[in-house]
Amino acid sequence: MAKITGAEMMIKGLIAEGVTHVFGYPGGTIIPLLDHIYKGKDIKFHLTRHEQGAVHAADGYARVTGDVGVCMATSGPGATNLVTGIATANMDSIPMVAITGQVKCTLIGNDAFQEADMVGITRSITKHNYLVKDIKELPKTIKEAFHIARTGRPGPVLIDFPVDVQVQMAEFKYPKTVDIKGYKPTYKGHLGQIKRISKAIAKSKKPLLYVGGGVILSEASKELTKFARKTDIPVTTTMMGLGAFPEDDRLSLGMLGMHGTAYANHSVQAADLIIAVGARFDDRVTGRIDDFAPNASIVHIDIDPSSVSKNVEVDIPVIGDAKEILKELNKIAKKGKFDEWHKTIAVWKKELPLKYKDDARLRPQYVVEQIYELTKKEGAIIVTEVGQNQMWAAQHFTYTKPRTWVSSGGLGTMGYGFPAAIGAQVGKPDAIVFDIAGDGSIQMNIQELATAVLEQIPVKIVILNNGYLGMVRQWQELFYDRRYAFTTLAKKDCTACPDFVKLAESYGAKGMRITEKSEVKKALKTAIKTKGPVVMDFIVEREENVFPMVPAGKSISEMLHGLA
Amino acid sequence: MNYEHKTMNRNKEFNMEKFVISVLVENKFGVLARVAGLFSARGYNINSLAVGETEAPEVSRMTIVVDADERIFEQVKKQLNKLIDTIRVQDLTGGEYVDRELIFIKVKAEKIGIREKIVKIVDSTGAEIVDIGKKSFTVEESGDEHRIKALIELLRPYGILEIVRTGKIAIQCDN
Repeated sequence: MAKITGAEMMIKGLIAEGVTHVFGYPGGTIIPLLDHIYKGKDIKFHLTRHEQGAVHAADGYARVTGDVGVCMATSGPGATNLVTGIATANMDSIPMVAITGQVKCTLIGNDAFQEADMVGITRSITKHNYLVKDIKELPKTIKEAFHIARTGRPGPVLIDFPVDVQVQMAEFKYPKTVDIKGYKPTYKGHLGQIKRISKAIAKSKKPLLYVGGGVILSEASKELTKFARKTDIPVTTTMMGLGAFPEDDRLSLGMLGMHGTAYANHSVQAADLIIAVGARFDDRVTGRIDDFAPNASIVHIDIDPSSVSKNVEVDIPVIGDAKEILKELNKIAKKGKFDEWHKTIAVWKKELPLKYKDDARLRPQYVVEQIYELTKKEGAIIVTEVGQNQMWAAQHFTYTKPRTWVSSGGLGTMGYGFPAAIGAQVGKPDAIVFDIAGDGSIQMNIQELATAVLEQIPVKIVILNNGYLGMVRQWQELFYDRRYAFTTLAKKDCTACPDFVKLAESYGAKGMRITEKSEVKKALKTAIKTKGPVVMDFIVEREENVFPMVPAGKSISEMLHGLA
Repeated sequence: MNYEHKTMNRNKEFNMEKFVISVLVENKFGVLARVAGLFSARGYNINSLAVGETEAPEVSRMTIVVDADERIFEQVKKQLNKLIDTIRVQDLTGGEYVDRELIFIKVKAEKIGIREKIVKIVDSTGAEIVDIGKKSFTVEESGDEHRIKALIELLRPYGILEIVRTGKIAIQCDN
């Protein structure tokens, strides 16, 4: 058998795993690997302007396609720049393989130039990681890395790849199967437990489905929707679960939790049975844990046993894949009759709708609503940054399909949105992709405008510009006597520093400024028609708040309603 | 709102206890760091940890004594299981098991009368003096927690200079 280099092996492995796009940034210890991508035709390399851009792009790509996102960086600072993005993917269970160059094996541990202990640094923020010191281990490592990233509860895997191993020669045989003694995820749910769920539903008067990102990861939206409609159980989703169940369905209660709808939170508190599917009882969902769902028995369907009874004691746990379990449940599910319960919820929906002051001023919620109105026919992918922009995007857009909502949930990474939108657009070239941003977070990875312009990746950036780090400012307004400690980004004029229109133009992107409510629709229409990337600078009401809101550490019964 | 609000304490209070687990892991570099890192990252307390090769050279066994309450201990087991390099987590606490620990105690022994007394204690407990110095003895003992604790208490009045211990190893009984 002919011998090939480690770098070639890696490329062959990536191709065998179906990888067609890689996001990355060059550097000394990754030159051999990138050289082989350059020489080949099968993998398209997307050069970002910062390694953080590359890792978030790989993440966005993974979220919209369901495939493993792949990013590459050099050793030392290149690799450490991936850390935030890897942690982001880890918290949201996103399948990813990050490949980092490393100094020569003989130099490892010597504090060599651009050396960083990536296996050590990323141990707690990856699902698993590898340092390949022996070329014979490489084929198996690549196979395992992709297997681990995409199976079970997905997550990021890092392969640290020393530059000397990249140029070593060895025979290459790619393994067909994987056998890892300590890693055998459970997919089929326990049938006895599944029957118990069905019995619990039969006894319940006020059941509620609480659906998280796991349903999207396991492609179980269809099964979930079927189950909810058949049993007539209302559905609330977490932020990560947006799109798992059509929000225009009569059974939908929208999002729950800190900025969830009042009727979703009230339903949780009143429910006598909560069926959690692929959700993890995060503190942003439960509020003060002692008061969470005080009347309910809890069913928890999850592929990760460590998620069960971690935050909340569970009455009926079912470990396995959401799709498999919902299929089984659908076989035995009976038509439910919860008319009284629906009536109660209908009153909350009527009395406490999600609303904002829809006056003549330019308010951020209106912008999000208009994006929905203009794209609801053909659909759009909404990517967000983190903060108020994210919450308004979650609340005021109606998500009806999985993998159309891309947002950093667990880690809450500012600067995530724009590069993730680039990755999403690469993954879905025909989709309309919006990045809903704040003026703070967009500046954290604004350099990726160069990537978007040069590769003509037509992401539409919507900056809801209020000149503040809006979410922190909101907390300061409500809980710190309006002391806006270091959250004011613009003095008086939100268009001065930076001037986002000029900034866009300097990169060769289309820039627009919108200051009036009456201009919103026209601007959005123009942006959708424009072929390349567009930056829209919406100068919005500066001190608009996100409501409803459950203050941190309070019970979700204690919502602040603002206007609502 | 028209639902009845009652507070139900979802987090029952548990008492801190000692749990003994035996963890089979891949015998690869970095695995100990993964296990230790898991404990520190999630704020779990290790009382002791002993690791060594098993009958299969590609597999290592870690005996870990964990200070935790029941609820945290459940998480410890699940999180350990979640590590890719973990092959099996065996909770010994509930069942029958034998455990041992090896300890060296360096005790002050200068005056002749005192040296005799220490020799007597050591003989009577079945421990062994493994190093006789001019000013101290080093005593070796292996046994379960009670045996070791008892010896330490017997020697303490003479002045313990140094203690070195291996941490507990344990094996499930065959029944």
